[in-house]
Amino acid sequence: MAEAAACGGRMLEVRIWRGRDDGAFVSYEVPARANQTVLDVVTWVQRHLEPTLAYRFACRVGVCGSCAMTVNGRPRWTCRTHVGRLAGDGPLAIEPLRNLPRIRDLVCDLEPFFTRWQRAGGRFVATSTRRDPLPRIAPDSEARRAVDAGIECINCAVCHAACDVVAWRPEYLGPAPLNRAWTLVNDIRHGAREETLDRVRGDAGCHACHSQMSCSEFCPVGIAPTAAIAGLKRASLRHLLGRRDE
Amino acid sequence: MRAAHRRHPGYLAFLAHRLSGLALALFLPFHFLFLATAIEGEAALEGALAWTANPLAKLAEWGLVTLLALHLALGLRVLAIEFLPWRGPLRLWVGLGGGAALATGLLFLAALGR
Ligand code: HEM
Ligand code: SF4
Ligand code: SF4
Ligand code: FES
Repeated sequence: MAEAAACGGRMLEVRIWRGRDDGAFVSYEVPARANQTVLDVVTWVQRHLEPTLAYRFACRVGVCGSCAMTVNGRPRWTCRTHVGRLAGDGPLAIEPLRNLPRIRDLVCDLEPFFTRWQRAGGRFVATSTRRDPLPRIAPDSEARRAVDAGIECINCAVCHAACDVVAWRPEYLGPAPLNRAWTLVNDIRHGAREETLDRVRGDAGCHACHSQMSCSEFCPVGIAPTAAIAGLKRASLRHLLGRRDE
Repeated sequence: MRAAHRRHPGYLAFLAHRLSGLALALFLPFHFLFLATAIEGEAALEGALAWTANPLAKLAEWGLVTLLALHLALGLRVLAIEFLPWRGPLRLWVGLGGGAALATGLLFLAALGR
């Protein structure tokens, strides 16, 4: 069925990382299709050429955040990256994400990424139960709009892989956890807003960011963690000046 | 393909800022040494000032003013990102647009001023 959409027998040259840190690129030939994502290419290689190829995906539609890889040097969600859009880049090169320990082939260990979410105070603390009335939050309030801007994060770690400060300073919390913290600091239902702010004010927190903007450049869902981090820097400054009104 | 994740305006602005900052830091001691010749008497200062007439020194001076203007403009870019409220998808306007415009403006001023 898929063969019907094949592009006149044209083949794509693909280089895929095999092994762990001391692995190497291996080249494969994959039939070119008119409409084909990078994830489709990886899947084709695994189904037809290399059954032991390890990679991650789940939803295939940009929701779960598990398919991120480095494609031609840039971190991307592979299920929503069309091969056609990368045409100018030369042959495809697919590697695991940067800044995370590699497990095998295209699979990274995400534990350090999620540990940072915890360290950044990213866990919501409820202040009411389902029997309490819903709190009223004005949709156009400053805080609500700050939350809206960052809430659609899919935890894909693309920003983490893009950020050089993460690469330079292993203890840096990184863009996604800080973005998460900013949504919580602005959420009046969160029971630990002070604590969350305290956790990100430290040396390895928001002030370590140099506003390089790689996170915002590559976030596949269009979040700008740089803006969230800037918000945390301002909140931290206000805190330092002793004003706790926000 | 190497370091492709760095090829975008925000990162380039950061890089230019850091490099210009480091270059300025390297220059500062020389600047102070130069000014210190004033303490050694008028003759020493005059000698040093005469040296600045040579084209190489002029070029170096121009480079320094440019670096400072660039560093300042990019510093303002950082401050704009961090203190002006903005959100949502990239607002590179805030970053590069403002930075580049200011840098050019300052460069022109510096050029006119001499
Ligand atoms: C001639 C004196 C100056 C020297 C030697 C100098 C040096 C530096 C250096 C080395 C950095 C570190 C860059 C980095 O973090 O990547 C820096 C950062 C910075 N500089 Fe300067 N600078 C000077 C003047 C200025 C001026 C006049 C401004 C005015 C706006 C300024 C604003 C900034 C800002 C906001 C940062 C933070 C950048 C960041 O977070 O990455 N600097 N400076
Ligand atoms: S803006 Fe900050 S968090 Fe984002 S990539 Fe740059 S340094 Fe990293
Ligand atoms: S902020 Fe964007 S890039 Fe970072 S984890 Fe969330 S969705 Fe992915
Ligand atoms: S497979 Fe779920 S986001 Fe790509």
